Amino acid sequence: MLSPSEVKVILEAALLAAQEPLPVAELRKMFEDQIDADTLRMLLEELREAWTGRGVELVATASGWRFQTRASLQKFLERVHPERAPRYSRAVLETLAIIAYRQPVTRGDIEGVRGVSVSTEVIRRLEERNWVEAIGHKEVPGHPALYATTKTFLDDLGLRTLEELPPLEDIAKSLDLTQIPTPAPQPAPDESAETAQTSAV
Amino acid sequence: MSEPDQLAMSTPVAALAKVRGEPLTELPHDLYIPPDALEVYFDAFEGPLDLLLYLIRRANIDVLDIPMARLTEQYMEYVEVMRTRNLELAAEYLVMAAMLMEIKSRMLLPRPVMPAEDGEDPRAELVRRLLEYEKMKLAGQKLDALPQLGRDFLQVEVWIEQTLAQRLPEVNVVDLQDAWRALLVRAKMTQHHHVAREELSVREHMSLILRRLRGRGFAEFGELFEPARGVAVLIVNFLAVLELTREGLLEVTQGESFAPIYVKLAHAQSE
Repeated sequence: MLSPSEVKVILEAALLAAQEPLPVAELRKMFEDQIDADTLRMLLEELREAWTGRGVELVATASGWRFQTRASLQKFLERVHPERAPRYSRAVLETLAIIAYRQPVTRGDIEGVRGVSVSTEVIRRLEERNWVEAIGHKEVPGHPALYATTKTFLDDLGLRTLEELPPLEDIAKSLDLTQIPTPAPQPAPDESAETAQTSAV
Repeated sequence: MSEPDQLAMSTPVAALAKVRGEPLTELPHDLYIPPDALEVYFDAFEGPLDLLLYLIRRANIDVLDIPMARLTEQYMEYVEVMRTRNLELAAEYLVMAAMLMEIKSRMLLPRPVMPAEDGEDPRAELVRRLLEYEKMKLAGQKLDALPQLGRDFLQVEVWIEQTLAQRLPEVNVVDLQDAWRALLVRAKMTQHHHVAREELSVREHMSLILRRLRGRGFAEFGELFEPARGVAVLIVNFLAVLELTREGLLEVTQGESFAPIYVKLAHAQSE
């Protein structure tokens, strides 16, 4: 019979050597299912605590447990491999948000929210990333595909379930949410410049 | 429907774009953007809803009480400027223009006598769409702000030396003997006229080996060979070992893979 600390060392080795998140069911196989899932989860929690303050951390994602580097260290790691991951455009991010928060949705639903047509390219980029996928077709004329987010999407954002997505804001209450792509705000100029003129046309 | 004479300004921002070389240090007042800067701004909008939201938020208008006349007027100015400047104008902008016009005209018409039937604010649908779009727009920004695998952190992978696990075929002495014998047989078939001479020298070496072993009974495989005498002699000598083994005069043994191979006289113990 293995002691808890021996089990933890085995879990640690397996998770460090894994190329992708390992679910508890998979980890149990190493012990020929002799250790129940709750015990394993408890030991994984202990292992997670044991790694606090280190360069890597143990996290639970949708697909299982995974060791990952700390996000705060990324700026240092990037200097070793300077190629930066490209950021997604607003079109891609808004489409992703609609699929994530309103799934399952059709392309028409996405266009309805965004008020513009959704290019194939945008959906394709999200599909290539394996973040969204067509999970079926809506029973309406044309049978449009219904899109939903994948487990990989949750894994890559370090989430366990869709419930962990950032909450949507109640926007009607908030004011001044101007989000035009601009440089950082500067000190306010003198107030006289603020004198508004009505439309010049 | 009360509309403010002037729309209140929100916080100004700094150099956004250059117009004819002059830096534009603040966003234009009152929803108006100089045509030269418009191209720059226009690219930044994700469609008519985004543009409308910008106009509304910029002027701190209450989304739930939009001054339709003013908003429509200013939206149309944008569209007009874009058209005169030959910007490729997406059809969605024109559809939105039509929608704004329709809402505006419905608000100008006298209210129906029966409010229960058609009592809904004509702006309700627009407001609903604007709020939903804004929610998703902000949600997209929040998703982008979450740490992302590959961009903000990396999966940890310990290097495992996979080649250690590679299994190599096992070869034993008997296999080696068989291989040599097969070669020998083939050589005999194809090079018959050489065989006699080789046979002789193999026989000669067989005798030499037996003689060398007679005194002590066994020797390490390598000891039977004298590399200095050349490759041909080595081969003949090796053939001699195999031949002796085949005839049951010698025994070749090896404890395990890569261990020394020992050669001994087959009847050493009985003698």
